[in-house]
Order: sequence, then structure tokens, then C-alpha cells
Amino acid sequence: MTIVFALFLLTLLVVTALAIVRTKNLFIATMLLSIFSLLMAVNFFILDAADVALTEAAVGAGVTTVIFLSALRLTSQYERGSLASSRWIAVIVVVTTTVLLISGTINTPNLGDPNAPVHQHVAPFYLENTEALMGFPNVVTAVLSSFRGYDTLGEVFVVFIAAVGVMFILDARQGTGPEYELRVEKGLKHHLIPRAVGGLLIPFMLLFGLYVQFHGEYGPGGGFQAGAIVATAFILHAILEGERTALKAFSRNAQMALIIGGSTLYGAVGVVCMLKGGTFLDYSVLMEDPVTARQVGIIIIELGVGMAVCGALLSIFHSFAARKPVAQAK
Amino acid sequence: MTMVLAVARAVKGPSIYDRVLAANMFGTKTALLLAVVSFLFGRMDFLDLALAYALINLVGVLAVLEFVEGRIESGKGKLDD
Amino acid sequence: MIEVAIEWLGNALLIVGAASVLIGGIGVIRMPDLYSRMHASSLTDTMATLALFSGLMLHSGFTLATIKLMAIMAFLLLTGPTATYALANAAFRSGIEQPRSLNTDDQEKSAP
Repeated sequence: MTIVFALFLLTLLVVTALAIVRTKNLFIATMLLSIFSLLMAVNFFILDAADVALTEAAVGAGVTTVIFLSALRLTSQYERGSLASSRWIAVIVVVTTTVLLISGTINTPNLGDPNAPVHQHVAPFYLENTEALMGFPNVVTAVLSSFRGYDTLGEVFVVFIAAVGVMFILDARQGTGPEYELRVEKGLKHHLIPRAVGGLLIPFMLLFGLYVQFHGEYGPGGGFQAGAIVATAFILHAILEGERTALKAFSRNAQMALIIGGSTLYGAVGVVCMLKGGTFLDYSVLMEDPVTARQVGIIIIELGVGMAVCGALLSIFHSFAARKPVAQAK
Repeated sequence: MTMVLAVARAVKGPSIYDRVLAANMFGTKTALLLAVVSFLFGRMDFLDLALAYALINLVGVLAVLEFVEGRIESGKGKLDD
Repeated sequence: MIEVAIEWLGNALLIVGAASVLIGGIGVIRMPDLYSRMHASSLTDTMATLALFSGLMLHSGFTLATIKLMAIMAFLLLTGPTATYALANAAFRSGIEQPRSLNTDDQEKSAP
């Protein structure tokens, strides 16, 4: 039953991927990409990976579609055709890689096989000791924030670097000129229905983002998902009300402060742990009871992660939205 | 109950075709369908997923609207196939 | 007795919801015009949402899950028609598709 559904989904994935590659119209490709990421989210969901599914849905459906559309606004709508010779090279590279991958993975154990060596040593340790050491049931959050806290610190810094990189490339100055002013002022202001519905939705999205942030220890959630959801709420506000109002509500400096603050908060927790006598990012020394101390540490670093992700997504969006489109007539 | 689930799942096959705006609309409807499917599984925790998607799905469509409006304003005209 | 009735009603609602999703999907494929396709898919939005979520709420009794289901249903009911509006607006104003009924010659011919 589940297998039938999973096969059906995978077939849809392949079909969508083929459609994305085949189309030359980038607008269609963007729409198909959002469908693709939605299908991936359902796939993750079938594999019982709820946290990953939530992140994929939150980021793939809202934020990346919006950012791709903003990028499309700045460039042309069609993909330029590639040279015939480079196409053959590409085909050869792809086929070689596929053959290598398949021959490499053909002898690995089946997905989810409980006797696989991957599941013998580390995974049972995490599964058994999460409740005892951390006091809450969500193993994914425990692994992400505490057992593998260094990796998550690196991820936060990668998000930081990505946002800074985009800001460098797009040169976050305000655009000038009459077209920019017009576009910035209006937004979607004169459409009554989206404004009304959006006005109802935005507070709920913010509230839901906070819920996901702090509920991440008991259900799917955590910093990344919450950051994406809160960023989507602010992006919705920016789309509906226009750039100027959105920037008044949440200025570029505030976004950068969020990114920097989030990453610093994460690192600061680690340093405080060191100052209190433990090693870097060893939360158990924060308070007297190690279990509570770990929970406190996890909440604070998840907050840092959420802040950094939210600020990064927002600043990337506003960097795209601030540029004037280059070609006016085609 | 399982029969109902089976019927529900079997009929919810999203239909795929890629015309210009129909692809867009399909994305919207797929979102709805998949949000429903995600909690027919019976895992009550995963309702958060459906809730998140129900909220977020609107943003993509509104971004399309703004994109098209921007093109109309600047005079570039239609999105052709 | 009342539990059996509630469960039966829940199942019936789920079947209605599934059927309306199927009908909406068939409509999206088979309809000739963009706007009629949107109309068909909006059937999925409202009817399927109401039926499926009511069926699920009846099945799950009176727990936290029911409140969440109610919230999801409310949001879907709010955002679905808005998305349809946004799409129809974008399509119409960008000039890709014109609704068929704007062709007044046809209407004059078919009037008695």
C-alpha cells in the first residue's frame, strides 16, 4: 500500500524533473520546481522524516519560489540554448556518473534495513539515550542541536555566508529611477482580496513560526523550519504592501542584526559553556541539573538558528527585490 | 476505515500537464491535495506539516501575481509559451 | 450506537471528499479553457476541504488534533479562493487567455 504510493510519487518526481529540464521557459521551470520540492516533501514524509519534510515544504514552496521569481524579474525569461558540442560532453559526464553511482551503491543494504552497519552503533545510542539525557522525545532535534551541535554551528555559519555572499553580488543599494519607485510603492496594494486575506494570515504565520520554534523538541520543528516560516510571513507582507512599507517594518539593518545576532548567540552559548567549565557546546554545565541544562542550551541555540535563518532569507529576498530590472524592452 | 483510506489515496493522484498557467494552478492544487494526504496517515504530530503548507502555499501564488504585474507595468507584455 | 453513526458519517464524508478531488482533477484536465479549469480546481479547494476535514474531525473525536484540523481547514478555505483570484487576475491582465464568454457574437447568435 505504502509502496504503491511511494512508487507513484517517485514516478511523478521523475516526470516533473524531466519536464523541468526540457522546458526552455524559466517561468514554467520555477513553477515546476515548487511542485518538485513539494513532491520531495511528501517523499520525506513517507520515509517518516517529519522534520526534513517540514523544512522542505516551508523553504521549497514559499521562499525559493519567491526568490526564483525575483531573479526572473531581473533576467530574461528564456534559457539560452547551449552549444551542440558541450551537450555531448554533458551527456557523457552524466552517463559515466550514473554508471559509477549505480555500481557503487548496488551492494549497499536496503534502505531502512535494521541490520545495516549504519544502524548498529551510533543510531541505537541516539535512540536509547535521547530520552534519558535530554528529557524530550524528538531524536532529530536532540541529534541536531546537542549530539551534533558542531555541525549545526557550521550550518548556521554557512547560512550567514550565503546571505553575505548574495548581498555582495547584488550590491544592496536601493535602486533608483521612476520605474523602481512605482513598483516599490504599489506592491499589491490595490488588490483588495489578497490584502485582506494576507492581513489575516500574517499574524497566524508568525504565531505558527514561534510555535514551531519552541515546539521543536516534542514534534517536528526547530530553528530552521521556524526561521523559514517567519521569513515567509515577512515576505508575504513585503509582497502585499510594497517594498517601502516592508522595509520600514523590518529594515535592512534589522535583518543583518538578526543574522549576526543569531550566529553570535549560537557561538556565545558555546563560549559560556566553556567559561563554566565544560568543553565548547557542552550544555550540561549550564545549570545544576544536566538534563534541564541541556534543554535550556538547546532552546537557546535553536533560537539562534531561527534568527539567523529568518534574517538570511529576508535579506536575500530584499537584495533581489531592490535591484532594478536591467533590460527594459525586449 | 482502511478501505476509505485506500479509496482516498487512490483517487488523489494529481494530474500533471504543463501548460503555462496551468502548471501554476496545478501547483496550488497539488498543495491542497498533499496537505490532506499528509495527515490521512494518522500520525497526529504531522498535522503541523499540513498547517505550514496551507499557510505558505499562498505566498508563491501571490509572488506570481506580483511578477506578472511587474511585467505589465514595465511594458514587457505577455508571458508567452 | 451513536459512535457507529458518527464513524459511518465520517467515512461517508471522506468518500465524498475523495470523489470531489477526483472530479476536480478530471475537470482540470478536460476543461477547454483556463478559466473553466480554475473553476474546476476551486471545487477541490472548497468542497474537498470541507468534506475531508469534516470527515477527519468526526473520526478523531475531540482532541487537540481536531483543533488543528479546524485550523488547517480554516486556512485552506481562506487561501484557496485567494490563490484562484490571484491566478485569474494574473492570467487576465497579462492577456494570455480571454474568457470565452466575452465573445459577444456568440451570445447574440445563441439568444432566442
